[in-house]
Amino acid sequence: MREDLLKESTDVADRILELNHITKTFPGVTALDDVHFDLIQGEIHALIGENGAGKSTLIKVITGVYEPDSGQILLEGKPVRFHGPADSQRAGIAAIYQHVTCYPDLSVTENIFIGHEKVHPLTRKIDWRDLRQRAAELLERLDADFGPRTIMGNLSVAQQQIVEIAKALSTNARIIIMDEPTAPLTNRESEDLYRITESLRDKGASIIFISHRMEDMYRLATRVTVYRDARYVGTWPLAGKKREELIMAMVGREITQFFPKRSVTIGEEILSVRNLSRTGYFKDVSFSVHKGEILAITGLIGAGRTEVCEAIYGVTHPDSGEIALDGKPIQVTGPADSIRHGIGYLPEDRLRQGLVLQWELFRNVTLPTLGSFTTAGWLNTLREQAVTKELTEKLEVRASSVFDLAGTLSGGNQQKIIVAKLLAGTMKVIILDEPTKGVDVGAKTAIFRIMNDLAAQGYGIIMVSSEMPEVLGMSDRILVMKEGKVAAFLDTHTATQEQILSAAVPGSGAA
Amino acid sequence: MKRAATFSENFRELGLLVFIVILCAAFQIRNHNFLTLSNIRDLLADTAILGILSVGMMMVLLTAGIDLSIGATLALAGMVSALTVFAIPTISPALSLLEGIAIGVAAGALIGLLISRFNVLPIIATLGFMNILRGITYVVSGGAWVSSYQMSDGFKSLASGTVLGVRGLVLIAVVIFVIFAYFINHTRTGRQIYAVGSNAAAADISGIPRRRIILLVYVIMGALAGLAGVLWVAKFASAQGDTATGYELSVIAATVLGGVSISGGSGKVSGLILGTILLGILNNALPLINVSPFWQQAIQGVVILAAVLTNVIVKRNNQRIALRRRAI
Repeated sequence: MREDLLKESTDVADRILELNHITKTFPGVTALDDVHFDLIQGEIHALIGENGAGKSTLIKVITGVYEPDSGQILLEGKPVRFHGPADSQRAGIAAIYQHVTCYPDLSVTENIFIGHEKVHPLTRKIDWRDLRQRAAELLERLDADFGPRTIMGNLSVAQQQIVEIAKALSTNARIIIMDEPTAPLTNRESEDLYRITESLRDKGASIIFISHRMEDMYRLATRVTVYRDARYVGTWPLAGKKREELIMAMVGREITQFFPKRSVTIGEEILSVRNLSRTGYFKDVSFSVHKGEILAITGLIGAGRTEVCEAIYGVTHPDSGEIALDGKPIQVTGPADSIRHGIGYLPEDRLRQGLVLQWELFRNVTLPTLGSFTTAGWLNTLREQAVTKELTEKLEVRASSVFDLAGTLSGGNQQKIIVAKLLAGTMKVIILDEPTKGVDVGAKTAIFRIMNDLAAQGYGIIMVSSEMPEVLGMSDRILVMKEGKVAAFLDTHTATQEQILSAAVPGSGAA
Repeated sequence: MKRAATFSENFRELGLLVFIVILCAAFQIRNHNFLTLSNIRDLLADTAILGILSVGMMMVLLTAGIDLSIGATLALAGMVSALTVFAIPTISPALSLLEGIAIGVAAGALIGLLISRFNVLPIIATLGFMNILRGITYVVSGGAWVSSYQMSDGFKSLASGTVLGVRGLVLIAVVIFVIFAYFINHTRTGRQIYAVGSNAAAADISGIPRRRIILLVYVIMGALAGLAGVLWVAKFASAQGDTATGYELSVIAATVLGGVSISGGSGKVSGLILGTILLGILNNALPLINVSPFWQQAIQGVVILAAVLTNVIVKRNNQRIALRRRAI
């Protein structure tokens, strides 16, 4: 059957869905640049690409969450325009998202039918008995081991995914999109999911399957489409396509971004982490950071990078392992401790965790180190402002004064303010979690320069990043994480993108 | 480096002040006894307890919390101190105050622990304690009152005594406001209280002991409520089981009138003072100008909503100004 499918793939008539020349831009970013995608009736089609390649945006275009700036969507050969998720749902498209979007306090039935409940035409009363029965039928089709009255929050992630699939089926979807469904699942749970996916296909559904796991793709899909940097790279039949070729297609770009040159002598070890473990998040992570060194921690989203950093900083507590600073083991019970020891942290979610947006810059900058601005119980506001002024000038923050509210700055400048927060104290090690996320190219370069300056001053720097060029351009050593473990330690001078990616991708065996 | 947009940031307080002046003028026209020295003294004495409590409430609201139990805390502290005075008439007034504060601290600490350690929602935890403390008040008093003749003169002088012509009650409130203004604006802990209410996640990442801060504000609130309880009983020379029932809502109203946000993180001492005075004036003046008691409550409600609405509009305007400043 598969061979038939491949032969016919050039036949336009079999394409249930086709996207041509789709472009979607957001302020400052092009998320999709003139891309193509097509789906054949009854196939499982894998969509792969690095973080930020445009996969999620494509999904949102197909489901009508975003309207493309230009381009054409053909559904069974006819051009369509979706003005919202309701439109695409009506057209028979359903998506199962990476993070299950459920209502944890409601029952399985309510979750499945939310938004398209069957109501009595006159009284508008929901016909629960009918819905529960239909839910039970759907769950049976999916071999679920729980009933329609179960409360969603009591289910495991795998079970919740089954509910999401049931939800897709309840709308009579012909096209089902699965966005990294296996990421949170164990191998056995994934196996169940494969079975369900295949049975859906056999019953006539066409499926777009997004995954970082090579094994998912080879196990399920007939064809694969690769995106890179918001562009379409190509579509191939999977049979006979080698893993290395696909990885090459995913990363094969030149490093075009500007990385400032630096000449730093790497000094003695400052921070050492030994066998750090936290159940369910990461296991046996060991590494060290030296004075003047930039250590990059990379890996796929969900590999445990942020979790390790949060544990070092004391936001969460590791179950076992040892953290030593300047050779002496330290006890960290919370961020207050780590700040006192000299470990600073720039969180990934800077709006939520980094800044008090409605506060002036100077109050933000001094927040973690208020103690050093206090004399005899009196907070020295003038000194706070002076120190902030000095730091913002040093970091070239574009703001009219230290009284500007943090919320009024641009992303890059906000990021600099968080760096200033770290520098207001006496830090030895600075952890930067995705420091260039959501900032424009100019601000990126500025942040890189600041990182180099800090390294030159003898700070030890840990940079968590998903962006390959940044990892290769900025760091001295690279730690690759995979599924909560250290997958590889690479020297930046000799490392290649292919090496990093094959270490990071689960199921590729290079660990 | 001069601070820009000072006017718009202080507009709210100025507006409140202007509103108070207009209101006073209107009351004075209706009743010439309103702005006499003796009435102003009465007004301040009546407002002092409200002011003391609103200081505590402002701290609680700054952390995005709320305290519904303070009316009951006040009643319990007042009742216990009155019973003590009845039993030992020679006890010094200062000791009575300390007794009330101790009871308030104990109640506040329990509430604070529930909220900070066990993550009970503030409205639920304090609702529970409102009933518990009110119940205990009835239990310790056996449902009876402690009346004026059962209290020592020294005890009653806590409220009626004067220093340089100013009522002791008012003096205590002023001292508390001064200490509070210093604490909230110029100490590290004060800044951290604002941080916890503005952005709890950022406060955690910045190493602020959030749970300890939350415990602290409820303990302070309790201490002030205990203190207010002793003063209340001394002032009215009567301790009853139902003393100050529902008074917590007046306190919250005064605080909100002063521009303190229920959602946490914003509020100023200057606004708090004005809000308390405004509510005090409404309480004092409406009866003076022969407004029917039935209407008094409704008018208070309208004023509170009008003030809050103004607050929203001013804030929106400030944001627009801030955004305009972004284009450097």
